[in-house]
Formats: sequence, C-alpha cells, structure tokens
Amino acid sequence: MAHLDAVPGPRPRTGGGIGAKPKLALVEALLAEEEARPCAVVALRWLVRHAGVERAVCAVADSESGRLLGLTGIGVSITSIDSFNLDLGDRTHPLVVALSGGEPVVFHDSSQPLLRAVETPLGNLSFHAVPLGSSKEEIGPGMLLLTGLEDGPVPDDILWAAELLGVRLASLWYRRAQAEERRHKRERSWLFSIINAVTDPILLTDADGRILVANAGAEMLLTAGEDKREGWRRAVALNNMLFSASLFTNAAESGPTRRELLLVDPSEGQDLLFEVLSTPVPIRLGETGVVSVLRNVTDLRRATEEIEENYRRLRVAEAATRAERDRLDLILNSVLDPILVTDAEGNIARMNPPAERMFTVPRGKRNVEIERRVRTNDAVFTSFVSGLFVSSLHAGQEGHWRRTLSLIDPQTGNTVPVEAISGKVASKHGEEMVIVTILHDLTEAEEKARLYEQVTRHSEELRERVREATAELADQNELLRRQAFQLEQASAAKSQFLANVSHELRTPLNAIMGYTHLLLEGVSGAMTPPQHDKLGRVDANARHLLAVINDLLDIARIESGKMPVQIERVRLPELIDEVMTEVEPVIAGTRLAVDRSLSPDLPEIETDRQKVKQIVLNLLSNALKFTPQGSVAIRLDHEHGTDEITVAVTDTGIGIAEENQKTIFEAFEQANSSYARRQGGTGLGLSICRRLAHILDGRITLVSRLGEGSTFTLYLPCKLRTE
Amino acid sequence: MTRGETAQAPLVLVVDDVDHGREIFAEYLEFRGFRVATAADGLEALEKAFELHPDVILMDLSLPGIDGWEATRRLKQDDRTRDIPIIALTAHALAAAHDKAREVGCNAVVTKPCLPKDLEQEVRRQLEARTP
Repeated sequence: MAHLDAVPGPRPRTGGGIGAKPKLALVEALLAEEEARPCAVVALRWLVRHAGVERAVCAVADSESGRLLGLTGIGVSITSIDSFNLDLGDRTHPLVVALSGGEPVVFHDSSQPLLRAVETPLGNLSFHAVPLGSSKEEIGPGMLLLTGLEDGPVPDDILWAAELLGVRLASLWYRRAQAEERRHKRERSWLFSIINAVTDPILLTDADGRILVANAGAEMLLTAGEDKREGWRRAVALNNMLFSASLFTNAAESGPTRRELLLVDPSEGQDLLFEVLSTPVPIRLGETGVVSVLRNVTDLRRATEEIEENYRRLRVAEAATRAERDRLDLILNSVLDPILVTDAEGNIARMNPPAERMFTVPRGKRNVEIERRVRTNDAVFTSFVSGLFVSSLHAGQEGHWRRTLSLIDPQTGNTVPVEAISGKVASKHGEEMVIVTILHDLTEAEEKARLYEQVTRHSEELRERVREATAELADQNELLRRQAFQLEQASAAKSQFLANVSHELRTPLNAIMGYTHLLLEGVSGAMTPPQHDKLGRVDANARHLLAVINDLLDIARIESGKMPVQIERVRLPELIDEVMTEVEPVIAGTRLAVDRSLSPDLPEIETDRQKVKQIVLNLLSNALKFTPQGSVAIRLDHEHGTDEITVAVTDTGIGIAEENQKTIFEAFEQANSSYARRQGGTGLGLSICRRLAHILDGRITLVSRLGEGSTFTLYLPCKLRTE
Repeated sequence: MTRGETAQAPLVLVVDDVDHGREIFAEYLEFRGFRVATAADGLEALEKAFELHPDVILMDLSLPGIDGWEATRRLKQDDRTRDIPIIALTAHALAAAHDKAREVGCNAVVTKPCLPKDLEQEVRRQLEARTP
C-alpha cells in the first residue's frame, strides 16, 4: 500500500503555540491553491510539520449526493481514500454525529466497545475527528481525521487550521458545485435539445406511469394546454389512456420491450401507429422508471402493406406467367411436329417431346449410335440456326425462313427429311431474341410425292391403255351398232314378218272356218252325221291353228316391245270372277273341285287388267288341263312386306319333273307332249305368261313334284310404275 | 225376219276384195234373212253405199285402190252415209290397225277369222243401236 507523504518529520512541539510565520505561510498557501484537493494537501502537510500530526485524512461533505467523501490523505493509501464514503443521512453514524456536533471527537482504536466498526482509511488506529469550518454550521464542509495527537482537547492551532481549511474548502467546493451545476444545466439543455431534435416521441415515466420527461414529439401527443380545443384535449386524454395501458401491459418485463400502439394525432385526428420501445431505467434509489421511444410506423405500415400488395400482385403476375408458360408448354407439347426454341447463339431453350426425340439422348443405357445421331442432328440444326443470322436480311415472306434439312431418326437411323420453318421472336423491348423453329416431317410428303408420281405414271399407262381400249371399243361399238341396227332391222322385219304371216294365215283360215261353219250350220243343206263329225274335226283344228297364230302374234308383239300397257285400277275379286266365268264350261266338263280363296285385305291394284286376266286365265286353264282328278285351288294374298299381290294356282295334277321346271316357261315347251297334245294347247301359254308378268314388273314361280301336282304363283306389284 | 209384210229385211253391204270372204258372209247373212249387196274394192263400196244406202256395211280394211280406212272416212264425212254403221273386218290382229279403224269412224272392228254367226250377232247389235 502506497502512503501519501509518509514523512516521519521531527516531532512537533506540543504545548507551545505555532509562530505567526508558519500560520501566515499556511494562509498564503491555501489561498494560492484554486482546487480543493491541493488545498487540502497543503493543509495536511502543514499539520504534520507543525502540529505533531502523524497521519491525516481529509473528507468533504457533498451536499449534492448527501455523502461524506474521502478527498485526500497523508500516511494512508489512495485507494482507501477513494473508497471512503459515508451516507450523511445516517444520523446515528459516529462520524456523522461528530460532524454534526461541530466539535472534535476522539475515536480510540477499534478494540474499544464505544466504537462501532467505523471503517476509515486509518484502519484500527485511534484518531481525532475534527470538523472543518465554523461550528456555526449544522454540517460543516468536511472533517479531518488525525492521528498522533495526545488525548485531550485538540490544540487551538489545529482547530485554527481546520477552520481555515474548512472556509477555504467550502469556498472552493461551492465554486466547484456551481461549476458542476452550470455544466449539468448545460448538458441538460443539450440533452433536451437532442431529445427534442428527435422527432420520435420520447418519454420517461415513473413507476406509476407519470410522465417525468417528455420531448416535444411526446408532448404533442400526450399533453394539451388550456388553449387547445376540445377535440385536441380529448385526443390527448385518449392517447394518455392508451399509452398508460400499454405501459402496464408490459410492466412485468425487466428488459426492453417492443410493441405496437395505436394513438391519435390530436391536430389532424388521424390514427397513428407507433412502435413503442420501452426500456426500464433506474430513476431514483430503489425506483425504476421506463424510457419509451415511440416510432411512427404509420407510413411504414402503409409502405409495408403496399409492398405486400405489390408482392402479392407480383406473385399473381408470376402465377399468371407460369400458367401462360404451362399453357404454352401444353400447346407446344400438343404439336406433333418437333418445335425448338433457341437463343441467338443456337442454344436450345425449350423443345417439345417430338423435338426431344430428335435432339436428346434418351435416359437409360448408353447407346453410342443414338448419341452420334443426336449429335449429327444437333450440328445440322445449329448450323441452320446460325445461318439465319448471316442471312438475316433475306427473311422470307412473313419473316420466316424455310429450308429443307436432313435429320436422322436417332432410334431407327432412318433419314428424316424435314422442312425447317423458323421465325425470330423479339421481346417487347426488342433486345432479347429467340428463334422458334418447327420441323415439318417431309417423309410422308415425299412418300406421297413418290406414290403420286407412281400413280401418275400408272395412270398415264392406264390412260394409254384406256385410250387404246376405247379406240378398240369404239370400233367394236361401231360394229355392234351396225349389228344392233341390223338386229333391230331383223327384229322389226321379224315382227313385220310375223304380222304378215299372221295376216296371210288368217285370211285362208277365215275361209276354212267360214265354209266349215256354213256347212255345219246347214246353210248348204243337211249332212249325214259322219260328215258332220268330220267337219267338226276340221273346225277344231282350225280353232287350234288360230290359237297358235294368236299366241305367236303375242310373242312377236312382246319381243318387239310393241305390247301396249294400259294401267288402271283393278279390283282383283271381280277379275277372278270373270276368269271363273270363262273357265266355267271347262270346269263343268271335269270332275274337279275348284276352290277359290281371296284374302280379305286385298287392295285395289294399279296394273294392266287385260294382261293380268290373260295370265290368270292361262294358269287356271293349264291347271284344269293337266289335272286328271283331284282339285284346283286359286288363292290371292297381299304380301305387306313387299306390297305385292300373289295369285297362286295349285293343282293336284300330273306335276312337272324337276329337270323340266326351268324350260317349262320357254316357247313350245310342254312337259308331257303326248298328254299336252291330247289336252290341246299351243305350248306358248307359259312363255307368254312369263313375258307378260315381266311387263307388269312381276314374276311367276313354280313349285312342283312329278305326279303330285304344281303350284304356279304370280307376283305382282300393287302399283305398277309407269316409265 | 219376223217383222210385218211391208217390212223390208235390212240391207247389208259386204265389202271384201277376196271372193271367198265375200261369199261366206254374204251367203250366211242371206241364209239368215238379210238382204245383201257386195263390193270388191273401195271405189265400188262407195258407189254402192251412196246408191243403195245400206243399213250396215261390213268393210274389209285391206282393199286395193281406196282401202277400207279411206272409204270409211269418206262415208263418215258424207251426210248421206254418215249414219250407216260400219263394221270393220280385218285379218290384222295388231292393235294399231284396230285403233286406226276406230279413228276413221268404224263403229266396230272384227278380226278375221270370224265365224259367220259371230258376225251376224255384231250386225244385229249395230242395227239395234241405230234404231232404238
């Protein structure tokens, strides 16, 4: 421990007073010092030299802090001086008592029970506590603690020196305090200037929430003079309430807190949002206040909201862009032709799956061949794209470039001829540029062209052949036409011939039949019965001949197309009645049962009545003719499905062998000629029937079994279409 | 005929260029009580018709010179002979010949060969149609 001026000087004389000269020197020295501490040092040195003091401590009462503080000392450590510090408010403390007593007090060493543990820089040494200054004051400016003095009253010279030092220290200390005060005031005003300069409201509140310090911003919000209008005052009252409430909400927190607080701008009436940063601070001994800094975040909030809104819009726009891009991808992917999007350097930015097939190596196991083909394709394509920039001035129509490229299918190695169609797409601002290329597979087109060429060639050959054939055909046609003409002529000649023959046959036949008739009628007188019989045979044969001639004439007319058709409405039941009437004499000559069956729903039909009658009559006559015994039935039905009338004539007669059923309809055919001859008939009836049926758009079918009978069925349309 | 004594039998003019044709019908009709006149061609037929004014004319169509159609047309165009029924007789079986006969004014057409008694019936039918 370092001791201040621990100088063991000569022992001062006691009892005898100190001369005027040292005293004067002390006065001068004290007055010469302008600071408290050197002044005290001078005084303590003087006491050691002249008044027999061994060690000394000088302490001053600081009214500001209310404490007794160590100022300087001799023979004691500096640190003990600095740490000496007593609360003057502690009125029971012996030193405080001594100080307020105004009289010197002796403190013996600490072993004495009188002394409480009084901590001094002097340790356990006995000392005299000598108040400084005049005894008139309640608490002097300070006190000296001195050792080395004898018990008993303190010498007057020491008291004189103490008083002198006290006056001087008081003077110096007061000045110091004043300076301090001024400094404080200045600093305080600076501080206020600073906090007022801060636009954010700043407040210091005590534990009860009372405002201790507030800057201008805070006052504006939280205080209102009498001069302010009612609305202002109400806003301020509301703000105070809100602020206090927010303070107490966070009162439990020991550290700084941050919260948001909504206040009202008293002048404008708008809501203001503040971020309040509160920090607890000690304001007095044992009392904690809160410094609150309010930061106006109204604009910040608005800005934040704006930013959030912008961000949201941005995200929406981004989503829209993404959707657009996805849509574009979908479109690109939906195109079957390869599409590539490249930048100006020819780097592929995007491609659709068909393009990937041509320009990328599929994942999975390596295949050198495929990789080589893909590289080749890439080289061909890149060369094409870079060529576009060289020839950028020669864009084709509509700003497109077209060129045929030869690519290779990476999978098969087949050459794929494609037509590359490229377009440059500039961004809105015109700087960024991409090239969109679509590759149109020409394989099919070329194949088509090849096929077309083949087809053309074949077609040409064919045309040539057709030309030849046509020429030949024309010749043939000419020949045929000539032949047809000849045939027509022949046919006409035949018809004319038949007509003539008919005419020429009829005239003599008229004579034969006429004379026979005259004879049979007895015009030329009576005949014997044998003569009559023989003439009867002449008559019968003449009639047969006439029938043959009539049938032949019919056939001639049908074949020459000269058979007229007269369509009228025909009631079939009536027609059948007529037919039955005509064959009645024939039926009477047989023992056959003839049955007639007409469907009740027979419609009237439109056809040539005379021809239908001729057919039915012929069929019925045949049935009667070729049925020796049993029955004949005629049955009429309406076939709704085909809208046809059927006239079926069924007999139980001799029937027709299967091999004859085809030829039965041909002229001069009779299945059983000997029988037919016996029965009469020209052998032309069925042939005529079939031809007539054809003229009426109908047909005749035959179902027959030899020895069992036949069914001939005539089918007729209900309505004959005229041409 | 079974009419009164004063009643004269109807006169039938038979026109045919073929002798046996004329003979058969003429003989039969006379046998049946008709009065009969004959003509062998169209011209004669016209003369006899104007001269005799027969009740019925049997007209063969195929006649030399003025044929049956032409003769009929002339008779039907003449007021004196217009009312005389004319029955055409023909060996032509084709419809065209019949149609043409009706066109020129024949009242009936009969195809040869024709039995004399059938012809007689047609003659009687025409006479009845003429005189109600």
